[in-house]
Amino acid sequence: MNNEETKIANKYLTFVLATEEYAVDILRVQEIKGWNKPTPIPNTPEYLCGVINLRGTIVPIIDLRLRFGLERLPYGQMTVIVVVRVLSGNKERIMGIVVDAVSDVYDINETDIKSTPEFGSVINIEFVKGLANVCEKMIIILEIDALLNSDELAIIEQTAH
Amino acid sequence: MTEVRQLFFEESFENLDMMESSLLDLEIGAVDKELINTIFRAAHSIKGGAGIFKFEHVINFAHTVETLLDELRNDQHIVTQHLIDLLLRGVDTLRALLKALQMGQEYNAEAVLACQQEFTALLITPLSPPPEHAHPHPETPHPPVTEVETQPVGWHIRFKPYPRLLKTGNDPINLFRALDALGELQIYADSSQLPAFAELDFQNCYLSWDLLFTGTVEKAAITEIFEWVEGDCDLEIIPLDKTALAETRIAMNKALEASLAKLVSPPEKIIPPEVTETPKSAVVSEIQEKPAHNEHLNSHVNEASSIRVGIDKIDALINIVGELVITQSMLDQVGEDFSVARLEQLRSGLAQLERNTRELQESVMRIRMLPISYSFNRFPRLVHDLSTQLGKKVEIKLSGEQTELDKTVLEKMSDPLVHLVRNALDHGIEMPEQRRAAGKSEVGLLKLHAFHQGGNIMIQISDDGAGFNLERIHQKAIEKGLLTPDENPTVEQLYEFIFHPGFSTAQQVSDLSGRGVGMDVVRRNIRDLGGTIEIKSEIGKGSRFSIRLPLTLAILDGQLVRVGNRIYILSLLSIIESLRIQPNLLSVLAGKAEVYRVRDEYIPILRLYALFNIIPSTTQLEQGILVIVEGEGQKIGLFVDELLSQQQIVIKSLETNYKQIHGISGATILGDGSVALILDVAGLIRQFYSSNSVHTFSELSVGAMT
Repeated sequence: MNNEETKIANKYLTFVLATEEYAVDILRVQEIKGWNKPTPIPNTPEYLCGVINLRGTIVPIIDLRLRFGLERLPYGQMTVIVVVRVLSGNKERIMGIVVDAVSDVYDINETDIKSTPEFGSVINIEFVKGLANVCEKMIIILEIDALLNSDELAIIEQTAH
Repeated sequence: MTEVRQLFFEESFENLDMMESSLLDLEIGAVDKELINTIFRAAHSIKGGAGIFKFEHVINFAHTVETLLDELRNDQHIVTQHLIDLLLRGVDTLRALLKALQMGQEYNAEAVLACQQEFTALLITPLSPPPEHAHPHPETPHPPVTEVETQPVGWHIRFKPYPRLLKTGNDPINLFRALDALGELQIYADSSQLPAFAELDFQNCYLSWDLLFTGTVEKAAITEIFEWVEGDCDLEIIPLDKTALAETRIAMNKALEASLAKLVSPPEKIIPPEVTETPKSAVVSEIQEKPAHNEHLNSHVNEASSIRVGIDKIDALINIVGELVITQSMLDQVGEDFSVARLEQLRSGLAQLERNTRELQESVMRIRMLPISYSFNRFPRLVHDLSTQLGKKVEIKLSGEQTELDKTVLEKMSDPLVHLVRNALDHGIEMPEQRRAAGKSEVGLLKLHAFHQGGNIMIQISDDGAGFNLERIHQKAIEKGLLTPDENPTVEQLYEFIFHPGFSTAQQVSDLSGRGVGMDVVRRNIRDLGGTIEIKSEIGKGSRFSIRLPLTLAILDGQLVRVGNRIYILSLLSIIESLRIQPNLLSVLAGKAEVYRVRDEYIPILRLYALFNIIPSTTQLEQGILVIVEGEGQKIGLFVDELLSQQQIVIKSLETNYKQIHGISGATILGDGSVALILDVAGLIRQFYSSNSVHTFSELSVGAMT
C-alpha cells in the first residue's frame, strides 16, 4: 500500500449487532451515549423506540436489531446509543441507533470496500455500502443515509388533509 | 465579509420598502420635496452600499433611478401616475435583483436593462456614468445636475501642492479617488520638481498634477473635494468645453510622453491614463454586459434570517439577568452555612428565582415578537397595483400595526393575508359603476385591523363590497354534489364551503382569483399555526374575515394527562372541561360509538389508549377522566386515566429530526428530563371524524338528534 492510497482511507466506527460487526463513517457519528429510556411514539413501527431529549433537542431512537429483523435484546446498563447525523435531502437530521456494543475504530481504504454480492430477495442490501476485511474479520459497512431514510423514517410527510 | 453583505441586503430591502411606501404617498401633480428626498436618499444608500460589493448592475440601476429622482426634485418633471408606476417597477426590479444576488442566483439581466432603458428614456439630462466607487457618505445627496446648456463638459484642475502637504495627513490619491467617483478622470503628474534621490525628503511632496476631469459637475463639487487641502496647495480649476477638453488632453499626453522620455524610470503612475472617446451610453452598457460571475463568488450564501430588536427590549433583558445574578448569589450565601433557621430565607430566594426565570423567559420571547406592520406595510402597494389593474377604486386603511406577534407566525401569515386581500379586491369590492348604482361611494374601503384579544392575536380583513352571496354558494354546493338539494344547511355550514378545495363562486376566472384554489390553503396555513378563521358577511354591505392566532408558537400552558404509563400534554386553551363520567349520561350508538351527554350536548368519546395502542390503567369509563376538548368548532371527549399537573411548556419540534405525526403537534421536555408528546387536538378530531367507524357515527348521531 503506498502513501497515496492511505490518504484516502476513512475512519470507521464499528459496532456489534448479534454476531456481526458493522461500520459507519466516523465523521457521521456525533456521540455515543448510554441507554436512556425513550418516550414511545404511538402508531409507529416497533423498531422506532421513541424519542429522547438530547440536550434540548428531540432525537428519535432506532433499534437496529429490530430494524434488521433480529431478535430483541433487553435494554439495560450495557445498551449503547450511537448518535449519528443523517442527510435527508439537503437537511441534516440527528438520530440515535441502538446497538449491542461499540467495538473499534478502523482505517478502511475506499478501495478495500468490496461491493456486496447479490443475495436476491433474501436480504435487503440497499443499506449496505459494501464489505471490508479488517484483521481477518468481515465488516459490513452501512449506508447510514439510506438506512435511516427508508420507509417509516422517510422525511416525506403524508398530507394530513 | 458575508456578515457585512447580509447587512447590506437587509438595509437595502428596508430602503426599498421605504421607497415604496413613500412613492405610494406621492400625490399626482404635486411635488413633495421632503418625500422625494426620502426616496432619493434610499436609492442613494443602496447605490453606495452596492458600490462596496461591486454589484455593477445594482449601481447602474440605482444610479439611473437616482438621476430621475434628482430631476424630479429639481422640478424638471411633474409627478404623473406613469412616473409613479415606473418608479414602483424600478423598486421591484431592484428588489428582485438584490434578492437574486443575496441568494447567489442568476437574475434576469435583460429585464433589468429593459426597465433601466425605460428610465433612461424619461431622463432629460444625459446620464452621467455611475460612480465606480462608493460615495463615502451615502446620506449626502449627489450634487444636483442642472443647467445643461451652460454646463462645461469637463474641468482642468491644476493641483500644485506645497511640499508640506503630506505632513498634514492628506494624501492626494484620496482626492483623486473622490474625483474619480464623480466622473472620468485622467491624471498627469509633473515630476519636474523632484530632487535627486540623495536630497529627497520622503516627507515632502515634490509632485504636482494636472487633472483632466470629464463629466458635468458643478465647480462647487470639485472645490468641496479639495476643501481639505485648502491652504496647502495652489489650485486652479478651469472649465473646459468639448474642444478645449480634447485639446488639453492632447497637450497633456504630449507632455507626458516627453517627461517619460526624459526619465529613466517612469514617474509614478497613479491611475493609468485611459483615453476613452466612446459615448457615455456605450460605457454604461459595456459595464452591464460584463459577466456577473464575480458577484456570485459566495453563491452558497444561505439566507440566515435575522431580527431587529428594539434597544428597550435588550435593556429589559439585561436588567432581569442582573436580578438573576443577585438572586443566585443570595442563594449561594444561604447554601454556604445552611441551618433550619434559614429555611424561610431559602424559600423566598427560590420564589425570587422563579420570578426571575419567568420574567427572563417572557423577555426572551418578546425579542421574537415583531409588529405586524412588517406584514401590513406591503398591502398599500398591493392594493394600488391591483386596483389599477382591475379598474376599481380602493382605499386601504390599516390599524393596529403595532400589534406584536411571533416572527414565525408573522412569516407564515404573510401569504394567507395577501390571498385574502386579493380576494377582497377581486370579488369583494365592486366596480365603481356598480357601487354608485348601489348607492355606495365609488371608492371601496378595505380595512386591515390587528389587535390582542385574550391570549390571541386577531387580524381582521374587512371590505365594504358585495359580500358573500349565500344563495350562490348553496347552488354551487349542490352543483358540485357537496349538498343534496333538499338539505337545509346553516349559514356557518355554507361559509364552510368557501374553504372547500376547488370551490369558487366567481362568475369569471381571472388571473387573480376565482379558480377556487387558495382559500383551503389559507385555512390550512392558519390551522398549522394553531389558529382559526371566521367569516362574517352581509350581502351588499361587505364581508369580514377574522383570523385568530396564538401569540406565540414556542410556549404554551399545558395540562399533563396520563394514559397507562405515558404522559401526554394538552394545550390548556383547547380544554373546555374535565369530568368524571356518570354512567347514566353515557349512551352507546349501534354498539360502537360512545357519546356522553354534557348538559344539552352529545359529545363523542375518543379512548386515547385505543387510538395509541397503549395498555391503560382502566378501560372502564367510570374510573377514568373525560377531558372535553374543542378544536375547529368541534368538541370531543378524550378518555384518559388521570389528570396530572398544569405547567408552562416549551414546544420542541419533532420534525427537526424525525417527522410530523398525526395527532401530535410536538414534544416537550419535562422537569425530569424525559420527553412528553403534545397532543394536537384539532388533528385528533379530524382523524376521529375521518376514520370509517366514525362515519357511521356521524350518520347515527344525525339520526339520533332528529
